[in-house]
Amino acid sequence: MSGSAVLILGAGSDMARALAHKYASAGHDIQLAARQVQRLAPDQADIALRHGVAVSLHEFDVLDLGAHPGFVQGLPSLPDIAICAVGLMGQQSESQTDMQKAALVMRSNFEGPACILGLLANAFEQRGHGVLVGIASVAGLRGRGSNYVYGASKAGFVAFLSGLRNRLARGPVHVLTVLPGFVNTKMTEGMALPQRLVAQPSDVAKAVFAATQKRRDVIYVKPVWRLIMAIICALPERVFKKTSL
Amino acid sequence: MSALSGWGQYPRVQAHLAQPRSPEALRALAQSGGTAIARGNGRAYGDSAINSACTIDLRAFNRMLQFCPDTGQLVAEAGVVLGDVIATFLPRGWFPYVTPGTKFVTLGGAVAADVHGKNHHKEGGFGTYVDWLDLLDHNGQVLRCSRSENPQLFQHTLGGMGLTGIIWRVALRLRPVSSGWIKQTRHVAGDISHAMALFEQAQDATYSVAWIDCLQRGPAMGRALVMLGEHAAPAELPAHLRATPFAPPKRRQFHMPITPPSWLLNTATVRAFNALYYWQGARGAGRALVDWDSYFYPLDAILGWNKIYGRRGFAQFQCVIPLAQAEAGLRALLAAIAAAGAGSFLAVLKRLGAQDSPLSFPMAGYTLALDFPVTAKTLALMQQLDAITCHHGGRIYLAKDSRMARDMFHQTEPRAAPFAQYRQATGAAGAWASAQSERLGL
Repeated sequence: MSGSAVLILGAGSDMARALAHKYASAGHDIQLAARQVQRLAPDQADIALRHGVAVSLHEFDVLDLGAHPGFVQGLPSLPDIAICAVGLMGQQSESQTDMQKAALVMRSNFEGPACILGLLANAFEQRGHGVLVGIASVAGLRGRGSNYVYGASKAGFVAFLSGLRNRLARGPVHVLTVLPGFVNTKMTEGMALPQRLVAQPSDVAKAVFAATQKRRDVIYVKPVWRLIMAIICALPERVFKKTSL
Repeated sequence: MSALSGWGQYPRVQAHLAQPRSPEALRALAQSGGTAIARGNGRAYGDSAINSACTIDLRAFNRMLQFCPDTGQLVAEAGVVLGDVIATFLPRGWFPYVTPGTKFVTLGGAVAADVHGKNHHKEGGFGTYVDWLDLLDHNGQVLRCSRSENPQLFQHTLGGMGLTGIIWRVALRLRPVSSGWIKQTRHVAGDISHAMALFEQAQDATYSVAWIDCLQRGPAMGRALVMLGEHAAPAELPAHLRATPFAPPKRRQFHMPITPPSWLLNTATVRAFNALYYWQGARGAGRALVDWDSYFYPLDAILGWNKIYGRRGFAQFQCVIPLAQAEAGLRALLAAIAAAGAGSFLAVLKRLGAQDSPLSFPMAGYTLALDFPVTAKTLALMQQLDAITCHHGGRIYLAKDSRMARDMFHQTEPRAAPFAQYRQATGAAGAWASAQSERLGL
């Protein structure tokens, strides 16, 4: 697969940057897509210099659904792997009082990512190969009072990826769902997190790279999260509703 | 707020650590009004890169921006670590002209401390190979500075310990090399005079450094292994390496798994280690071919080696004594260290060349560096070593210092007052400060 192109949507995040380096180090050309993409010019230069691959920048707004088809058309080549690392945490306190803000979180984590991956899935299917990667969240496995607008939007994305995988399972296109758990990024900066549960962006990149090679379906980055989420999901609702997680 | 310290883990200071990721965030921090200091990978030993009100972590600015294969000039953000430069460019035949003893320093840190390597006597310090810098000042302006553009600011920033602004981008010239291997020649010196004579005879060697047994007294005082090095050409490599002269050396990295109790490190264990190291080295005197990683960065193989000195941390004493007084000064230093029985595993002696800078450490003479676990006794010893350094016209390396007294600093640094005046005149004094600059009154 060396030499083939990897598209990274939401390329401005720490996780996306780590993913770009990981795939570039394996010889893949990189397409970085984000809003105000010119701010990523230093990353473009850096990835190209370090790894000797072609790196291109593409203006992309996940919320601008109408522009998605043109965006895909405008890529230098239809990528072999497309990774959606778009995400917006928002503030739960705001999301429960200001519905505009809640809608923005839901659209950014679910509507936009699902639509662009849906579009790419069709193009991949038509071409006859491709891998789609959705960076979802463990927050999408059960809604919690402290984070449920974000969680619900990620839950929608998880269900979308699972359905897409099911639809494409008999064909050559593969879908990978990533549930990273806590990651040390700008999004989690300043949050008091138990450090043993926190992965580095480079850990996520390594795990995603390995998973796309092995064509895994759903991965957690730190294995302990599988256990944690199994317990959280197994709690009966009348118990769960009284917890503060 | 979190506890920040340098590589020596002493002192530990409660400080606010800001981690900007965007140019806008960095600019906002530079203009925030109070004092601040930039921090790279935390390899300065003491409190050079700590400001309790605002320490600015530059590690997110770690992108290489441009490389010119005709001139070997690399333009990179200040948070890039030297090891990444080597990983990227050694396979293409380039290596840093000057490297300190660890590849985990950032380019910004290397500029701020104007670090030197084993080739200072011949090729100068890190700053010699910096073509230009982009410096972010306290007005949020980015100033391009070089030997022709803002030359005063350029000179004061090389070795200026981050006290002129935030080093943002660095244009650094790399050295063309034809392999990743060093031809090493090892000489045994029976005492300090012999060691110095070997250095003086080896002025043409590209690299020279000595390990010195700092616990020996009497006639063997200052016995040392003097190691010279040259970059090897592919023709000088054994046949199986010739085809891939840049192939990465096979090295394992170890983590220090625990912090050992401080009693483990005492005069007897250090004396035994030194004797073993000396005799093993003496037996293996002669020529050898050494890979770049083992040659330049032997300690980098043990990640977290700074923990060996125990929880209280350690301090490195590194001074330089001018040439004319070097032998007398080194003898006095070694006598004091041996008398106190407080030597360290690795004491390093190195000949430095002449350098004329506003604040950089090197001067023509000899530099001695050694580590001490921090105790009341070793702190007192280091004050004694300060006095000997001062008496012989020497000075202390700020990148290593964590405990020097203000008086000592000003007695040994006639350059301190003009440097401080320059900071006052440019407004930098009100914007940039470290725990160290405040301790020293810089």
